Amino acid sequence: MLFLLILLLSLLAQFFLPWWSIAVVCFGVAFLRAHRGGQAFLAGFGAIALSWLGAALFWHLVTDGLLSSRVAALLTIHSPWLLMAATVLIGGTVGGISALSGFFFRKALR
Amino acid sequence: MKWVKALLATLLTVLLVYALNRTYGIVPALGPFLSPYEGFWRSGSDDDFSSQELSLAGLRAPVQVRFDSLRVPHVFAQNNHDLYFAQGYLTAKDRLWQMEFMTHAAAGRLSEIIGDRALEMDRYQRRMGMMTSARKSLAKMMADPESQAVLEAYTAGVNAYIRQLPAGEYPFEYKLLHYAPEPWTPLKIALLLKMLAYDMTGSSDDLRMTNNLRKYGAQVVNDLFPDYPFREEPIVPVGTPLDFTPLPVPPTPQEFVAGLAFHTLERQKPENLGSNNWAVSGSRTANGYPLLASDPHLGLSLPSIWHVVQLHAPGINAYGVIIPGAPGVGIGFNEQIAWGMTNVGADVLDWYEIRFRDQKRQEYWHHNQWKPVRREVEAIKVKGGKTVLDTVLYTHHGPVAYLPHEKAFKKTSTPTGHALRWTAHDNQNELKALYLVNRASNYQQFRQALTTWAAPAFNFVYADARNISIVSNGLYPLKWPGQGKFLLDGTNPAHDWHGWVPMDQVPQVFNPARGFVSSANQTPVSPQDYPYYLGSSFAGYERSARINERLSAMTQATPDSFRVLQTDNYSYVPKNVLPTLLRLIDQNTLSTNQKKAYQLLSTWNYQFNAQSVAPSVFEEWWQQLARAIWADDFPPATLKAPARDRLVQMILQEPNARWYDDMTTPQKETLALLANTTFRQVADSLSTGQPEQWQWGHAKNSSINHMAQLPGFGQKLFAGGSANSINALSGSHGPSWRMVVQMGPQVQAWGVYPGGQSGNPGSKFYDNLLHDWQAGKLHRMLFLKSVQDQPAATSVHWTLTKD
Repeated sequence: MLFLLILLLSLLAQFFLPWWSIAVVCFGVAFLRAHRGGQAFLAGFGAIALSWLGAALFWHLVTDGLLSSRVAALLTIHSPWLLMAATVLIGGTVGGISALSGFFFRKALR
Repeated sequence: MKWVKALLATLLTVLLVYALNRTYGIVPALGPFLSPYEGFWRSGSDDDFSSQELSLAGLRAPVQVRFDSLRVPHVFAQNNHDLYFAQGYLTAKDRLWQMEFMTHAAAGRLSEIIGDRALEMDRYQRRMGMMTSARKSLAKMMADPESQAVLEAYTAGVNAYIRQLPAGEYPFEYKLLHYAPEPWTPLKIALLLKMLAYDMTGSSDDLRMTNNLRKYGAQVVNDLFPDYPFREEPIVPVGTPLDFTPLPVPPTPQEFVAGLAFHTLERQKPENLGSNNWAVSGSRTANGYPLLASDPHLGLSLPSIWHVVQLHAPGINAYGVIIPGAPGVGIGFNEQIAWGMTNVGADVLDWYEIRFRDQKRQEYWHHNQWKPVRREVEAIKVKGGKTVLDTVLYTHHGPVAYLPHEKAFKKTSTPTGHALRWTAHDNQNELKALYLVNRASNYQQFRQALTTWAAPAFNFVYADARNISIVSNGLYPLKWPGQGKFLLDGTNPAHDWHGWVPMDQVPQVFNPARGFVSSANQTPVSPQDYPYYLGSSFAGYERSARINERLSAMTQATPDSFRVLQTDNYSYVPKNVLPTLLRLIDQNTLSTNQKKAYQLLSTWNYQFNAQSVAPSVFEEWWQQLARAIWADDFPPATLKAPARDRLVQMILQEPNARWYDDMTTPQKETLALLANTTFRQVADSLSTGQPEQWQWGHAKNSSINHMAQLPGFGQKLFAGGSANSINALSGSHGPSWRMVVQMGPQVQAWGVYPGGQSGNPGSKFYDNLLHDWQAGKLHRMLFLKSVQDQPAATSVHWTLTKD
């Protein structure tokens, strides 16, 4: 539930707002709806990771991976799939940590 | 405790977001860069390229654009304003980052986007007066109503594109470097023209030549650095009579040797900066109409240096290439004429030794009086740092690039304490020249158009249905013979430039009896046939000799004969020296491997083909031999070694010259000894390493890189050619655009360039022509007659309407 909510809201936010809106969404949704720390982190991490994985995969495929391969070479990792993993990890980490802090904040207020 | 946890976690979130939202030197801001909703992932997409209608504020009437299969836009506008507006819009769509980056580089503004690592480069641009000169040049262009209208319409078109571009769709490089495009301005167009002048003429040997003079004296220098080469085939055929009354040439003042300059920073003339162009008259072609070819050689980079466009409006139907960011067509053709350029390479940049009154440097000595120094403060903004203020000192000669105590950028060659005198600071209206050339329909109009083309001076090849011509056109200072070969005396008015070669007296050849014209950066005209001194270090004659040899043999030339000639890998350098050098080799004492190398060279046909090994062996040997002969006498850090032409002459005619002896050893070296030693070294190294590495295509190590040198965004090249072959691919230098035009009632043209129309590294059109270019193929250029002309290959159709 928490996961789905973050996924939907962060998708919506990212179509119009800068990338860091994911932190605001995760923080807010976890603040309102999370019950446990682990649950908040996993939901934030998973939802953002999935939303970034989906979009990155989509663009990678429709562009035949031309640019992602070049960027992978530029960053000296030489594999667009590793680049995608790094992308997902970074997005997920921001999502997880911001959701966790939203949950902690709520707990502190109670 | 709960609060501590909450605050710590929140702080961590904020820090993480902050850390991911900023750049670290060249490391991109990972958050926005990697986010697939705004970052690079989506930058690769350009397949939504389909017919559409766009409404753009600023247009006056609808504009039709048809894109062909190479994605060349064919623009049909109803007036000039809309034509250049649309060109600006379409160029920005393809090349926005590139055009802005080039103008930032020219203006000395790279520090703004990449930080203080570019500071010295920026300072150098400012010291060379690039920005000041671009501003003056802009004022000159804006004073002409036609040029002003073009500048403003093009600028409005670029800005119409930038305005509607959401941040998520910025070109890739903006995302990588984490910045945003700024509005385009007419000044940027002026900067691009200055950059062109800098690339073509912003180098000199004056400092090293002065060092030579000080070390060896006038006699040796005159012998080793003659004003006219040993072998030459000038652009104007020898013996062509003058058709004008020349101006008097300034008298040669007493010999002057500049004081020791502690320098650095002269940008040396790159030897392989060259281009070819030629045309043959109808008497030599299969269909009876002239044929024209042009292939400018430049530092190759991606996005491609050129953008191809067809521009059609009342009074103009022109097709060709232009540097992205500048309006019009640079090299191309229209329904009546075709034209192309090669660099002249005349000496239009000189340095004057300045005597300041004192350490305050507010006055300098000239013509027996103290004259005031003008100061201009340049503000260089630095990303992630403070703005750097830099004061540039101006004399009537020009800017003092570096003060005597300063250390110059690129430490090996510009004189410090010297003022720069350079034609790029003498402004003319080059934009107007292109505007009129694009619309010219005969030779008179073409020549008239060129009168406002000052810098860089180009050998303009020309053809129409009946005539062919080459004009070495540009602004040349009126000099005494040899003026500016060495550093000049800034206190002596006799050393100033005294006026200009009149524009109607520049070297030219029109419908010569031999039935062809050609240029390959060689001396434009023999001093016996021309009253003015233009310079003394033009490109070697080898490419022109090969072009002329082949053209003389053509009687039924077709466009394909020209295609073959443009990709010709033959070189006159080994033809002229190799037999003599091989005769010097003592064959009896060669090892088996050395004998193999000898065999390879003695059976070589002098073609620098990609698969051959002989060119690699020759090139390596020739370089080593030249180094062995000159490096002791003319160490490259301070002195300039004689040109290849002089070395060839010495090897062929002066077997006992003093220069063969290596001064650093007690024994006396001879040419034969040096030839044998260097040959054996090269031959021995041939047996080491992978055999494929010795294939010329690998050994020459050619590549085409991204303009910002991004790893992974360029490509290694495997192709034939050499600096002195017509196919002048060497290192990252080479033919940047190959064009062949068949004149006549229906002008037809073919072309190719290393790259593609798109500047997007994720697009198929980023480098789609690279392969064909390497393979020496040309593509038929679709030259549409009118907006009703709608071949199937132009199925993508845009209508631009006013908002």
